[in-house]
Amino acid sequence: MGEILVIFFGGVLLNNFILSRFLGICPFIGVSKQVETATGMGMAVIFVIGVASVVTWMVQYYILVPLGLGYLQTIAFILVIAALVQLVEMVIQKVSPVLYKALGIYLPLITTNCAVLGVAILNITEKYNLLEAAVNGIAGASGFALAIILFAAIRERMDLAPIPESLKGFPMALITAGLMSIAFLGFVGFRLKELFGVM
Amino acid sequence: MSFRSELTKGLVRENPTFRILLGMCPTMATSLAISNGIGMGIAATFVLVGSNVIVSMLRNVIPSRIRIPCYIVVIASFVTMVDLVMAAFVPKLHEVLGIFIPLIVVNCIILARAEAFASKNGVLYSLADGIGMGLGFTLALTGLSAIRELLGTGTLLAVPDFGFPGFKVFDRSLAAVMVILPPGGFITLGLLIGLLNSLTRRKKKAAQA
Repeated sequence: MGEILVIFFGGVLLNNFILSRFLGICPFIGVSKQVETATGMGMAVIFVIGVASVVTWMVQYYILVPLGLGYLQTIAFILVIAALVQLVEMVIQKVSPVLYKALGIYLPLITTNCAVLGVAILNITEKYNLLEAAVNGIAGASGFALAIILFAAIRERMDLAPIPESLKGFPMALITAGLMSIAFLGFVGFRLKELFGVM
Repeated sequence: MSFRSELTKGLVRENPTFRILLGMCPTMATSLAISNGIGMGIAATFVLVGSNVIVSMLRNVIPSRIRIPCYIVVIASFVTMVDLVMAAFVPKLHEVLGIFIPLIVVNCIILARAEAFASKNGVLYSLADGIGMGLGFTLALTGLSAIRELLGTGTLLAVPDFGFPGFKVFDRSLAAVMVILPPGGFITLGLLIGLLNSLTRRKKKAAQA
């Protein structure tokens, strides 16, 4: 149990996808003008990454490894993810039209979110088991959601601030993200393993 | 449209990093040292050129409804090649760049060029476009990593794969370590784009006056 908690809090705070690993910057900056849309994107990402980490883990250990096709990892994973996103989109559309309306436009965007492929590959390089892979995926995605929602809240305020003309938009967004990243750097001091009694 | 203009547009005018703002994740994550920046840039350029040429050759064969998955397979094949070659010949660089090598697959620059350029133009132009955009990306990455390596470590041009420690500019104890940590990536890139914006604006103003 302790190890799972270490992976979870590590993924959300210490190794935050955006602020310390640089994964998923495009949607982070693109879809963070309003808190509401940022929340939608965050939820969609948690869902897709959660499913994708389980499925890619299974593809790796039940298909690629037994067949000795490890070098096809990149191609296999990206195809699985692209197909998965389509599938998830169709299923949600049938099962829950309300959820589909809320997530709809963000789902196709997620295929090109490098965090999805990133977490799938990290799960394999870190040699996680299935449960740990799923937790790692959900934790990382929750960290993404946390960061994008906080960032959107800051940006809503920033609309009213006098920003130099040359820094408006993208450059200012990057600098803001940098300052948030400094704040998140503070979490590095957490000794998660001692906290949860894992040695 | 000429071969030469397609080749040079990616360097400054339509620079993928500073002008079109694509491919930010690898830009910030791998720009810790000039050797990393150049390595990443060359890897991405190779994939970009390869995928542009193949996509352009197949542009009349690929049905338009499933074109994106087809492009992704082409890109992923080139990425796998780069990944294996780098693991064999520059293992230290491969380790530093780590996850960002397979992630070239989802680098928006490459898919964007396949979709916006190579799928509509001939092989030769697509080749020029790939080289130009790739070099533009490499150039941006090298510039950013030069700033970060200098300010963050006090040395320049360290190449661990060849055991070269780099040129020492000032003492390491004076270096701002924050610049090579993640926040430094965001802030340096933000300020650099801001600087380029203000230069462009000044130029425009001068042209109007």
